[in-house]
Amino acid sequence: MTSNLSVTVESAAEVRRDVVRMIGMARSGRVASALSIVDILVWLYGEVLSVRPDEPAWQDRDRFVLSKGHGCPALYAVLAGCGFFPRDELWSYGRLGAMLQGHPELRRTPGVDAPAGSLGMGLGLANGMALALKGRRSTSRICCLAGDGELQEGAFWEAALVSSRHDLGNLLLVIDRNGLRGEGAAGEIVPLDSLKQKMLSFGWSVEECDGHDFESLREGLSRLEALSGRPRCLLAKTRLGKGISFLEDDPSGGRMVLDRGTVDKALLELEKEGDLL
Amino acid sequence: MKTNMRSTRDAYGQALLELTGAGAEIIAVDGDIGSATGAARFASEHPGRCLNVGMAEQNMILTAAGLALEGENVYVASYGSFLVGRGYEQIRSAVAIPGLPVKIVGSCCGVTVGEDGASHQMLEDLALMRVLPGMSVLAPADYTSALALLKGAASSRGPVYIRLGRAPSPDIYEEGDRDFAPGGGRILREGSGVTLCCCGIMVSEALSAAKVLSSQNISAEVIDCYSVSPLPSQMILDSFHRTGCCVTAEEHFSRGGLGEAVAALAGESYPIPVKQVAVFDRFGQSGSPAELQEYYGLTASQIVSAAMQSWVMRRR
Repeated sequence: MTSNLSVTVESAAEVRRDVVRMIGMARSGRVASALSIVDILVWLYGEVLSVRPDEPAWQDRDRFVLSKGHGCPALYAVLAGCGFFPRDELWSYGRLGAMLQGHPELRRTPGVDAPAGSLGMGLGLANGMALALKGRRSTSRICCLAGDGELQEGAFWEAALVSSRHDLGNLLLVIDRNGLRGEGAAGEIVPLDSLKQKMLSFGWSVEECDGHDFESLREGLSRLEALSGRPRCLLAKTRLGKGISFLEDDPSGGRMVLDRGTVDKALLELEKEGDLL
Repeated sequence: MKTNMRSTRDAYGQALLELTGAGAEIIAVDGDIGSATGAARFASEHPGRCLNVGMAEQNMILTAAGLALEGENVYVASYGSFLVGRGYEQIRSAVAIPGLPVKIVGSCCGVTVGEDGASHQMLEDLALMRVLPGMSVLAPADYTSALALLKGAASSRGPVYIRLGRAPSPDIYEEGDRDFAPGGGRILREGSGVTLCCCGIMVSEALSAAKVLSSQNISAEVIDCYSVSPLPSQMILDSFHRTGCCVTAEEHFSRGGLGEAVAALAGESYPIPVKQVAVFDRFGQSGSPAELQEYYGLTASQIVSAAMQSWVMRRR
């Protein structure tokens, strides 16, 4: 059973609008980095993950671990869209006492299965969860969404070795390949060439896809699912700031602070995207 | 009191075996160092319950946290230097902030790890763990109390750090004594002249020091402060009211450990002189455990000397 979120360009545009509004109101948050994972999240929650928004701790749910914690505005908007909590909560994101913290926190937010914020730790956590579920012969799956920038962290690679050592077939890792790190473009800082080969050599099944195209994501996953035993990695090519032209081209690497003017401009572009449908 | 010598680290494998034997479903995360921590002993009897994720402390903590997220009862053990040192940020982000009941066991801590030298001689683990909100920090003095605390941690609702040592230390408690819990302490000798707050290997040194002090007509009250955080505050304050002066003793840096915790308690609630016996602003080095204890002043005679100084300044 998945949520009622529809996997359409339209609902992704709605999520993007909420992300822009949240970050605009909070005056804080990495908007471009959140926008690159919107389509992946809509697809995951709309048709891949088995969850019960009215029973967030349902034991047989599929688990989701957001490793790139700074992308959480997108996760929050999707969770609200699924009905995990009222959409009004989005507008107090990052405020004192808010349900929605600047980075995901356990127990505060219905639907958040793992803590995040420190980069590179999601896969290790997902491994532990996958091992526990495998040990008790659960049919639940674990999905971890990591950014390519955080693959600079050594802990990610420590964990990647363990996933294959234990044949964690219940684990799906999606890498948001937006090609950007904290301070600049991919390759300029630490090269991450041949990522597919790197993951293959670590013992993973790997497929590539377009992280903004639902059909491509579906095909990528179904190719992975045809392979058994090994942990699965979907390399999803994405674009930072996807959906908003001036963010897609933002040379600051998505650090742009959204003021009232840029929020309106962004929302206008996203309205157009909706209108085209 | 017995004089049998055992290492506290040996209690780890035994605790896992006893817990599992009693029906608890424990998972031990090992970092390819199970023969040193005692996890290997557990693994040989329950291979399915010991998870060796390799020599990767960050990932050990993350895997343990992930298991705990799914409700598993998890212990994770390695050399304190590396588990707490390298794994600190993971302990903070993935265990302490979400408040997961992961049992973190720092094995082979302190200068008494001996010949391995400074890199392996963890002297700041209590400080690093004590500053984390919600983390219970335990530093048992002997095998029996280590075993009890390790086993008791299985039912903890929050994260626990347990510090163990490699060098054999004298048995303090009777076999089977289970009266140990986070926030607790044990008065091992009553007195009204000076309070000796100590933990780990320094407990037996404090008991020796108390005998010497007694010959000088200073009756020392010896408190095993095995729960470094939360401290057995009321027990310590009651003792301060009786004695009016204190000495702390620990196999740890003077900064951030038991001594500063006790001094802060005194400052807040009942100001009295608190002298520290600890390692002051320097790292360890190679040597035999006994030589290093002597060289770094972690001895009964140092406690006696500090007690005399503290007693002179006592609050009357």
